[in-house]
Amino acid sequence: MVDSVQDGPDVLYIDRHYIHEVTSPQAFSGLRKRGISLFRPERTLATADHNIPTQHQELPIREKLSRIQVETLSENCKEFDVELYGLGHPHNGIVHVIGAELGFTQPGMTIVCGDSHTSTHGAFGSIAFGIGTSEVEMVFASQCVLQPKPKKMRINIEGALGKAVTSKDIILYIISQISASGATGYFVEYAGSTIRSLSMEARMTICNMSIEMGARGGLIAPDEITFDYMNGREFAPKDADWDSAVESWKLLQTEPDAVFDKELYYRAEDIHPMITYGTNPGMGTAIDGNIPKLEEIPADEQPSFKKALEYMNFVPGMKLAEHPIDYVFLGSCTNGRIEDIRAFASLVKGKKKAGNVTAWIVPGSKQVEKQAYEEGLAEILEQAGFEFRQPGCSACLAMNEDKIPAGKYSVSTSNRNFEGRQGPGARTLLASPLTAAAAAVTGKITNPADLL
Amino acid sequence: MAIEKFNILTSTCVPLPAENVDTDQIIPARFLKATSREGFGENLFRDWRYDKDNTPRKEFVLNSPEYSGKILVAGRNFGSGSSREHAAWAIFDYGFRVVVSSFFADIFKNNAMNNGLLPVQVSANFLKNIFNEIEKDSQAQLEIHLEKQEIRLLSTGEREKFEINAYKKLCFLNGYDDIDFLLSKKEKIIAFEQQRGG
Ligand code: SF4
Repeated sequence: MVDSVQDGPDVLYIDRHYIHEVTSPQAFSGLRKRGISLFRPERTLATADHNIPTQHQELPIREKLSRIQVETLSENCKEFDVELYGLGHPHNGIVHVIGAELGFTQPGMTIVCGDSHTSTHGAFGSIAFGIGTSEVEMVFASQCVLQPKPKKMRINIEGALGKAVTSKDIILYIISQISASGATGYFVEYAGSTIRSLSMEARMTICNMSIEMGARGGLIAPDEITFDYMNGREFAPKDADWDSAVESWKLLQTEPDAVFDKELYYRAEDIHPMITYGTNPGMGTAIDGNIPKLEEIPADEQPSFKKALEYMNFVPGMKLAEHPIDYVFLGSCTNGRIEDIRAFASLVKGKKKAGNVTAWIVPGSKQVEKQAYEEGLAEILEQAGFEFRQPGCSACLAMNEDKIPAGKYSVSTSNRNFEGRQGPGARTLLASPLTAAAAAVTGKITNPADLL
Repeated sequence: MAIEKFNILTSTCVPLPAENVDTDQIIPARFLKATSREGFGENLFRDWRYDKDNTPRKEFVLNSPEYSGKILVAGRNFGSGSSREHAAWAIFDYGFRVVVSSFFADIFKNNAMNNGLLPVQVSANFLKNIFNEIEKDSQAQLEIHLEKQEIRLLSTGEREKFEINAYKKLCFLNGYDDIDFLLSKKEKIIAFEQQRGG
């Protein structure tokens, strides 16, 4: 913290700033109007991800407004001296995927991006949160933002995870327990033996969805797993710097007697493969469970519950397993990393895609794409009848051409099941990569544990 | 941009008594692919202002020659919906400097203040009186006195206090926005960088 304002917010110094084409153009024009440059351009990294096509990236973008946004980003980065990993660049990809895989994100840093899923980077023990366009301009101009102090919540999960239960299921479970607004106003720390046992990629999935319960951000204290992941990455400290960095990162632990405004406890054994049935991420249940009955929902929430089920064309109390589906989307900053593709491939290997399913397998970055080819995952996918696409946000928010048609059911590894999020009228069921794979090969909602 | 210095504003008003006006109505989602902050005023309340074939709808207040001014007076719960800053940009760009309502959605309120648009929250009763006065006389004026945190209906002399965060008040009075404020902290920021070593 640089300074604090009386009766006002704190001035928070920002170590890493990620930008993309949608929320940055107006911030750049703000600088131009003021006649100033970026204060610390080396701390900003840009990528094009929201609007880009996931096929034929070598061709010009067809949709005019998307093309203009992407071109504007390139021009702005050139003019203001910002490192850009644009379309086709070997480092291109979804902003939250590349930041981590390049080691630009590091423990203890403050990280912002004009994008709510910036919370992903909290998996490294950094303070990471999404900001608005005015704040993007603030960071450009001063490398600082003004922040009120958030409340602190800790969520503890203990024990071993069951078969086919993944970190996506953990976070969907937590949100289903505390609701899509249950952490509004809080910064969340995830702790406990279950969290400690997770890989970095799995931790990122959890922190990524912190925003879906209203939290400003989520974080996990760094440990050996974090340091092993960081070691050797493009922007990670090297040699002697590495040793001293690790020493300082080891100090980033919450004191044993730290007091939280709210503390929650869960047991891993209570968590099963999860799926959502409604139109916010809190409307989820164990995949073998049922949609709640109307009388199980508090009276004041019943109208929106009914409205959500109408949109999804589900009825209260119904069983989800066996329900036919139409689309499968594997990808996004929640589950578009190499482990997610590995998980999906491990389940579909030797099986065939169901005939009634259209599946889009979209890597989170060029590096993930490359690695998937090198590891033979792309081949496994193709043999099982799946199409392995090029990286981008894709059907997560359908700003490009990858839109789920109206009325169709999509089992998606992304993070939001809002009305119309994956295309006007699309019906999204959020789930893990394993559950998505199980749906893709059976054509219906299926517990992945039954296929492993 | 440094926002315009704001202390006292006396102006006629544009009345919009509808409640729960959300950000989608203020600026429809299809304008979000734009790359500039300007020009949103043209599309402010786009679908209320214009027919499908872009002819202005006579009955909508922004198209009425009778009402003009720098103050938008709106019904309860103004600015709900998404966090898009474009909503505040559109209202400001159109020429408004103040929005008066009996309740504002939280994020909209913040976005407005970040962009030099002052949200003034008044009691339901006061709001009703403003609408009444404007109905009697379309040239009825409001005076906003920021220093005193007071809003006054000139025709009746009725006045009410309003709340504003002390820091934001300072920004409006001095005509600086958060960025100017942060730029004024440059020395402290540099000192912070040095002390931390990179
Ligand atoms: S993948 Fe989805 S959630 Fe993530 S940055 Fe892209 S659009 Fe946002």
